[in-house]
Amino acid sequence: MIEGTIVKVSGPVVSAEGMSGAKMYDIAKVGELGLIGEIVRLDGDTAIVQVYEDTSGLRVGERVLCTEEPLLLELGPGLLTSIYDGIQRRLTDIAERYGDFVVRGVSTDALPRDRRWGFQPLVDVGDEVVEGDVVGEVQETAHIVHRIMVPPGIAGRVAEVKEGEFAVDETVVFLEDGTEIKLYQTWPARVPRPVKRKEKPTVPFITGTRILDTFFPIAQGGYSIIPGGFGTGKTVTETTLAKWADADIVIYIGCGERGNEITEVLAEFPNLIDPKTGVPLMQRTILVANTSNMPVAAREASIYTGITLAEYYRDMGYNVALMADSTSRWGEALREVSGRLEEMPGEEGYPAYLATRLADFYERCGRAVCLGSDDRMGSITAIGAVSPPGGDFSEPMTQNSLRITGAFWALDTSLAYRRHFPAISWTKSYTLYLEQIQDWYSKNVAEDWRALRDKAMSLLQKEVELQEIVQLVGPDALPDFAKAVLETTRMLREDFLQQFAFSDVDAYCSLRKQYLMLKVILTYYDCLEEVLVQGVPLRQATEHPIKNEIARMKEIPSEEAEEKLNDLLERVQRELRSLGEW
Amino acid sequence: MADGRTFLATTEYRTVGEVAGPLLFVSKVKGAAYNEMVEIHSADGSVKYGQVIELHGELAVVQVFGPTAGLDVERTKVRFSGEVAKMPCTVNLLGRILNGMGRPIDGGPEVFPEEEREVTGSPINPWSREEPRDFIQTGISAIDGLNTLVRGQKLPIFSGAGLPGNELAAAIVRNAKILGGEEFAIVFAAMGITRREAAFFQESFARSGALERVVFFLNLADDPTVERLLTPRCALTVAEFLAFEHDMQVLVILTDMTNYCEALREISTAREEVPGRRGYPGYMYTDLASIYERAGRIKGKPGSVTQVPILTMPDDDITHPIPDLTGYITEGQIVLSRQLHRRGIFPPIDVLPCLSRLMNLGIGEGRTRGDHRGLADQLYAFYAEGVDLRRLVAIVGEEALTDMDRLALKFADAFEQNYLDQKDENRELEQTLELGWKLVSMMPKEAIKRIKTEYIEKYYNPEYAREFAASEG
Repeated sequence: MIEGTIVKVSGPVVSAEGMSGAKMYDIAKVGELGLIGEIVRLDGDTAIVQVYEDTSGLRVGERVLCTEEPLLLELGPGLLTSIYDGIQRRLTDIAERYGDFVVRGVSTDALPRDRRWGFQPLVDVGDEVVEGDVVGEVQETAHIVHRIMVPPGIAGRVAEVKEGEFAVDETVVFLEDGTEIKLYQTWPARVPRPVKRKEKPTVPFITGTRILDTFFPIAQGGYSIIPGGFGTGKTVTETTLAKWADADIVIYIGCGERGNEITEVLAEFPNLIDPKTGVPLMQRTILVANTSNMPVAAREASIYTGITLAEYYRDMGYNVALMADSTSRWGEALREVSGRLEEMPGEEGYPAYLATRLADFYERCGRAVCLGSDDRMGSITAIGAVSPPGGDFSEPMTQNSLRITGAFWALDTSLAYRRHFPAISWTKSYTLYLEQIQDWYSKNVAEDWRALRDKAMSLLQKEVELQEIVQLVGPDALPDFAKAVLETTRMLREDFLQQFAFSDVDAYCSLRKQYLMLKVILTYYDCLEEVLVQGVPLRQATEHPIKNEIARMKEIPSEEAEEKLNDLLERVQRELRSLGEW
Repeated sequence: MADGRTFLATTEYRTVGEVAGPLLFVSKVKGAAYNEMVEIHSADGSVKYGQVIELHGELAVVQVFGPTAGLDVERTKVRFSGEVAKMPCTVNLLGRILNGMGRPIDGGPEVFPEEEREVTGSPINPWSREEPRDFIQTGISAIDGLNTLVRGQKLPIFSGAGLPGNELAAAIVRNAKILGGEEFAIVFAAMGITRREAAFFQESFARSGALERVVFFLNLADDPTVERLLTPRCALTVAEFLAFEHDMQVLVILTDMTNYCEALREISTAREEVPGRRGYPGYMYTDLASIYERAGRIKGKPGSVTQVPILTMPDDDITHPIPDLTGYITEGQIVLSRQLHRRGIFPPIDVLPCLSRLMNLGIGEGRTRGDHRGLADQLYAFYAEGVDLRRLVAIVGEEALTDMDRLALKFADAFEQNYLDQKDENRELEQTLELGWKLVSMMPKEAIKRIKTEYIEKYYNPEYAREFAASEG
């Protein structure tokens, strides 16, 4: 073990002499308390360590031990339902052993060693296995089967296979060359886990949120960012997605955010039932919680911890959703450490390598053919919240993220102020996945899905133009046809786009229901146009009480939507057209 | 403590190499700890305190809590205490007045601590946190009805120069009660406020008979700037102690956080750090979080820490780094409006940019009332519409509006005059909700889209509104 001594302490950054032999990103134990840190720069025999814990009380001359290993994560059964800090320490364990506050210098096993798992082998003695092959299965939670895989870089012939109950650190498969395969493996957090190849995403990532699924959908394996000033609903959007998103596994990274929000997730998820599987949502979730008052360097690491966990489940062939709230706090952690290292600052004090780091992170997502001879597919869909200072999207984090991600869900402060939620702006947001997934929509939802979506978007765009005129001349001066547009877009905004995340019925909206709702509103518009041509005054048409039924469409449960909305659709046509016949 | 004192005697240095602004550079130091507290004895015999903020070989950088005037390089003695900053905690601090570093200045009896705690505190383990769910009634409609405060929340007031942020905070302290009726203990930390403001709070607490429940930390405008960096930490250490050791409900008022941030910037500049936005250090978010995040509840403990920090938005700019970073950490914000203030409305709360993130947890059936959420959203929607239309009217005149638009305008006026403006009245939640329904009833039933039908059936009453509107006329 390499042992050096502290020569400098400045916030989370500590320099130590006598560290020759240490490598970049090796983990070091700093001072008498053994604070955990990571070597971020080497200069002769001086190593600069970013410490993941509060450095108060450290003295010059205390020793620094280099473990000669990078930040290794433990990957195996027991990850699901866990809550970790940024460097994969189990917060439940820390609470049990050390009390209600996170004290310094503690370490825990990431996976509990005392729990035994039933292992069902899938290989026999004599089988040839290669990296990524599944050697057996463990039922991790009620509906997630944990596939025990041959770790990357290992291959050989099976010499012995065990079956029964094992702890994570027990060997279940021996290869002929003596390699032991345990229920868990380790992997350095900063290194992407290998895959055979990346594939083009073609299947949508269904969220149950109307504005996202209908207007700005992303694909499984895609990534999007949600930037917005404070109070615009980033966290609510992230947790709504974590709740209802169409994924097998959800990794939620609370990166530099509020402690009470993590508590909300912890309190809520075990009680929410996954509509697809009928088991509590917590059973598919892993939380990485590094709240804003927890050490800043560990916040930097939390993003890598989260994505590595996601990759591990992707490798098993699952579709994983990764929520990072908020990537800006990660960028700020980079900035803070960079400042302490006295690096030359780039834009707004962020280090010049910000864009590279961001790209490295987002490129670890995607849809991929996993290692292993069965060519299974897995995906990681990432949704990163961005918290731009002052709500100004021109800042480096937003702009650098934008260059990489495929969808942009811009949160709008003025929408949030009027309690239009989700406050996602339909004029600023965009998605690049539309072309790739529209086939799926026309096959699985409706032929004319794309046409309806485009028509609704163009109406909303037209509204923006009309509103400018209204600002000058007042609404009365508009012709009836323009007023009909405004009437319809008002309906689109209030009765379609607005969706209350905490409602029992409306929090999740099925794709069919979304489609039918949109169809009802656009049919209403078509009928308005028709009767206007026939000379019916707009006022008479818009006073028709069927409008109120449209306003209550949200309250129809998804399972009754098909019948009730088709009925409404038919009545909209009949009743509005009857005005014209008169 | 005994060890600390012997240590204190043995490590005295007269090796001050440089004094620059609030910083002291001491050389040939051995064994000093990062963030350790030091005593500085100047040539004239006066004693100041300081804290080690950087160690580099044998050089220790000390930030001095107090003016560095009178310190010289040759005769100044620096004693290292061997300990990081600690706050003596005891329940007997209630009713006392302390300086910004937590030492009594009211001439009262000596404080015998039950426990000495490090002022930096440790983060609450997210796993151990209890979800804040208990409604706190503040008696102010704009807060209770629209941006509910709950126990364990941190809800700042964004004030502006000359706006009554302090008056609002005082009103909250006066009225705050939990449905159980338990009283709050108050920890009040003043950072760089004027003597007049401090006196205002003291009088206000005295009038409501709260003085013996208050721990006062006073760092006035003419007290050392750097001391302000310790004040909120000392205050929150006491608050955590009272809440989690003595099971009290603690309400912490921090005023004015803008002064705190200025002090942070001053130190950062003196250390020649790379500045972030507007010269504030890049780590200001982390630093503020280490203060604001010390609010909350802990599983299995009855006590709680609720924070109401007050800050002054420079030039009423909500995008300024101080309100901006605060808003990203706190669970909502109460924003004051100069325009409403000029029109004599008190409290002049501009509800549109206000938010309480924990509101949904604290309200609803079994906590307040089932219609609370929907009613709040509906009031917001109508008011936002009315405010928008005001701008339009200024351009095109009222004639060009539709009937519905005119109603919305009327609604916005009635909302401000009846709901927001309440002077010193302490409203029960039922009164606030009732008032909300009166306003909503001004509008046609079909326009109400945010409230569940069952509640509309139950509470909507146009008669009610007509009578209400008439009383206005």
